[in-house]
Amino acid sequence: MPTLNEYLMVSGLLFAIGFAGVMMRRNIIIIFMCLEMMLSAANLTLVAFWRFGNGNGMPADGYEAQVLVFFVIAVAAAEVAVGLAIIVALFRARCTVHVEDLNSMKG
Amino acid sequence: MSVLFYIFSAVMLGFGVMVVLNRNPVSSALSLVGSFLGLAALFITLNAYFIGVIQVLVYTGAVMVLFIFIIMLLDVKTEQRRNLNYVAMGGGLLVVLALISQLAILLGHFAHGKQQLAVLPEDAAVHQDVKRVGEAVFSDFNFHLQLLGILLLVATIGVVVLSRRQGRADRS
Repeated sequence: MPTLNEYLMVSGLLFAIGFAGVMMRRNIIIIFMCLEMMLSAANLTLVAFWRFGNGNGMPADGYEAQVLVFFVIAVAAAEVAVGLAIIVALFRARCTVHVEDLNSMKG
Repeated sequence: MSVLFYIFSAVMLGFGVMVVLNRNPVSSALSLVGSFLGLAALFITLNAYFIGVIQVLVYTGAVMVLFIFIIMLLDVKTEQRRNLNYVAMGGGLLVVLALISQLAILLGHFAHGKQQLAVLPEDAAVHQDVKRVGEAVFSDFNFHLQLLGILLLVATIGVVVLSRRQGRADRS
């Protein structure tokens, strides 16, 4: 059976892939998708700690962790809607989604 | 059980790498759908059935449709042919390798993490987790749920205001 460490490592790898995407890609939509991946990796960590919460491979008694993940997913959905609206407004103003072209605040 | 964990982890991480490496934004978005499906399967291996279903419904159902819709709306095909920024790639890989190695060292010393996933009995309370999560949400966390409703309302109004096409006159 898988251990808690394996779940945490997989979650950390997913977070690292998302972080690499944020650092390396220059398309703002793909950067936003990688941010969603990092958020989901944090959710996996939360659920893994809930499932192993009782110490002997059994889940914790309360359901606060799943409620927290539920709230995180709902807030992430709202965040995606607002973020994509901002990207559309940005594209209308500047006609680009490439972050290196968006340097008008550079000193 | 263990085999399923490795299969779904490989699916999730493989599609996650494809998100970063694909040059075409539509391919990246579809890879992200695959990655989120693997993640939902991992939630279900952790006996969090409700979260797994919510992951499929909200992320792969609603959020990714929104992403693909925006990609098609903006038509960003011309962004594909750009030379790579090697400084950003090297820095990103360096930070990511540091993060992974630090995490591996930390987990090596984490004694609590060596416990194995135990098989739950047939009549365990966890198998009714939709009922339990619903009870928690609507009793202990009722105020937070109403705050979340207000947040979604504000986000909806914000999206409408942001995406409203402004007239030429008031754009001075």
